[in-house]
Amino acid sequence: MSEFAVLLVPLFAATLLSLIADYRLSAKINIGASGLSLLAALLLLVDRPVPGRYIAVDDLNIVFILLNTFVGATTSAFSASYIGHEIEIGRLTPNYLRFYHAMFQLMLFGMNLALLANNIGLMWVAVELATLTTVVMVGIYRTHEAIEAAWKYFILGSVGIALALFGTILVYLAARPVVGEGTDAMVWTVLITRARDFDPALLNIAFIFLLLGYGTKVGLAPMHAWLPDAHAEGPTPISAVLSGLLLNVALYALLRFKMLLAANPNAIAPGPLMIALGLISLIFAAFMLYRRRDIKRMFAYSSIEHMGITVFAFGMAGPLGNFAGLLQMTMHSLTKSAIFFSVGHVAQVKGTQRIAEMGGLTATHPLLGWGLIAGVAAIAGLPPFGVFTSEFLLISSTFAREPLLATLFVFGLLVSFGALFLRVSSVAFGEPRGPTGPVTASYLPMFAHLALVLIAGIWLPGPLVAWFQHVARMLG
Amino acid sequence: MTHGVAFDVAHMLAGGLVLASFALLYQDRLYALINVLALHALILAVSVAWQAYIQDAPHLYITAALALGFKAIVIPMALRRMVFRLGIHREIETVVGIGLTMLAGIALVALSLMVMLPVTAQADPVAREDVALALSVVLIGLLIMVTRRNAVSQVAGFLSLENGVNLAATGAKGMPLVVEISVAFSILIAFIVIGIFLFRIRERFDTVDLEVLDQFRGERR
Repeated sequence: MSEFAVLLVPLFAATLLSLIADYRLSAKINIGASGLSLLAALLLLVDRPVPGRYIAVDDLNIVFILLNTFVGATTSAFSASYIGHEIEIGRLTPNYLRFYHAMFQLMLFGMNLALLANNIGLMWVAVELATLTTVVMVGIYRTHEAIEAAWKYFILGSVGIALALFGTILVYLAARPVVGEGTDAMVWTVLITRARDFDPALLNIAFIFLLLGYGTKVGLAPMHAWLPDAHAEGPTPISAVLSGLLLNVALYALLRFKMLLAANPNAIAPGPLMIALGLISLIFAAFMLYRRRDIKRMFAYSSIEHMGITVFAFGMAGPLGNFAGLLQMTMHSLTKSAIFFSVGHVAQVKGTQRIAEMGGLTATHPLLGWGLIAGVAAIAGLPPFGVFTSEFLLISSTFAREPLLATLFVFGLLVSFGALFLRVSSVAFGEPRGPTGPVTASYLPMFAHLALVLIAGIWLPGPLVAWFQHVARMLG
Repeated sequence: MTHGVAFDVAHMLAGGLVLASFALLYQDRLYALINVLALHALILAVSVAWQAYIQDAPHLYITAALALGFKAIVIPMALRRMVFRLGIHREIETVVGIGLTMLAGIALVALSLMVMLPVTAQADPVAREDVALALSVVLIGLLIMVTRRNAVSQVAGFLSLENGVNLAATGAKGMPLVVEISVAFSILIAFIVIGIFLFRIRERFDTVDLEVLDQFRGERR
């Protein structure tokens, strides 16, 4: 039953929140509902339902669901302290917040549905729902920039999603002669067992469309244009879930289809395509990091970079590559949302997102400043943190197989490393610049995430390693 | 190889949709563009109804009715009203000349036929032609979105793109009902969203030309 709780709790909460006018109360309900979803997701670990025609839980998606509900819960806690300030300065009104909270839960519902779906049509619908809710939230400030960002996101996202649907239809066409007409030809658990008899040429073309379509939503270069604007102009809790969760959901959809292709011996190998797109995203984003003047925009480019790394890892495949990809994805979600939690409060204190107008944070706001430094150290892949583990694994396994690719990969990492520290050192150290007023921040979500990343870097629990190894073998 | 009348009519309607896509491509006035968009949706509705008839799949009539009522009537009316209210019934600014865009459109049709026909050789002929022509409609829809600067005509491009995906979905025999309804439904949601945005854009800028929006790019503050 818990698989339905994961869906029904956010759906019910969204309805409830759209009726409540008091924003303090609805922020609390938002936290409560996200916490309940997390509990329901944890229950999935012990009570695994039998796969149905529409909903299924397996070892792969449960990783994503746990991550999704966990970051959803911590973000709603961060959001409660974030919006208090936005109300104070009048950027948002209570009416807008009612809408915001309802949309937040609806988005979590959409993402959970996409992850649980056992039907590729249903998965598509859910990804579209999650996209539409985030579009509205990106535009919620209604400034010129926010409207342009939301419009761009909407147009590019819709084109991507339309291409993904076309790909989904082609997969159905490939499956129909083998599986037979009707719902079964879209049920993933049926597809994967029969995939070896599908027409390989149709599957190939379908995968190209799916890669372009869902790849747009993953934020892969050159289809990434919506991503920096959407991250920079929306409310910061939304930037955190965009980077931490929505990109993962699109990546999950891509992985499902990759498994389908891998199960067919005559289809093209999806690896090289994913490696190429991943490397392009990594190197492009690494160079773009240098010219950023807006702090949220900079971390958005860092998300493109990390999604590139993750897609590269899944493209390299093999037990090691997939393991590194899973770990990298999890660590990036946790670290990047922690960074956005910190950046959100920093931008509120300074009243701007311009890097040039911030400085000396470690002196004026030590907790925020050092939190930001720790987050950036983690995301840049410095040793005690979990991202280092996954990147090290990936580099060492790639060097053994493809030295040239590994060299390009390391080059991209080093370039982005330099850019991140160049920019962040001017924000964290030196003379204090900009307003230095007090901040009412909730530090718990940020430090909880960073602590998890730190622990994962020092010691990965045995059962978790075994689990990830098992999923990595599933991914082929 | 001989085909029955069922195939011929389906083929003609799908071809008609491609033709309507080309007509969208060369319109230079917004009202005319909206009229052709309505025609586009009308052809889709007839085509879907025909598929429902030959596949003996009554649930497809719902999709056809949605295409007719919502996309061929309600949306064009709403768009026309929007254009009238905003006073933007002037010429559409295109990025590239009409001739060049038409040539690109022809190239895209050739490309999609060349890609899809060999691949779908084993599928039944109706689905095969439908998917190939649907891909042309999708690609031309993308082309419209790329070559137009005006928000209303970008929406028109997106809708024609969705029509193409619909054509493919209904041509694939026996595709589950969930998908068709959800496609239609998501277009509805999508349109509400677009409506909200256009309304906001009008409030802030008094124009829906995306060139103006481009001036407010995040980093040129």
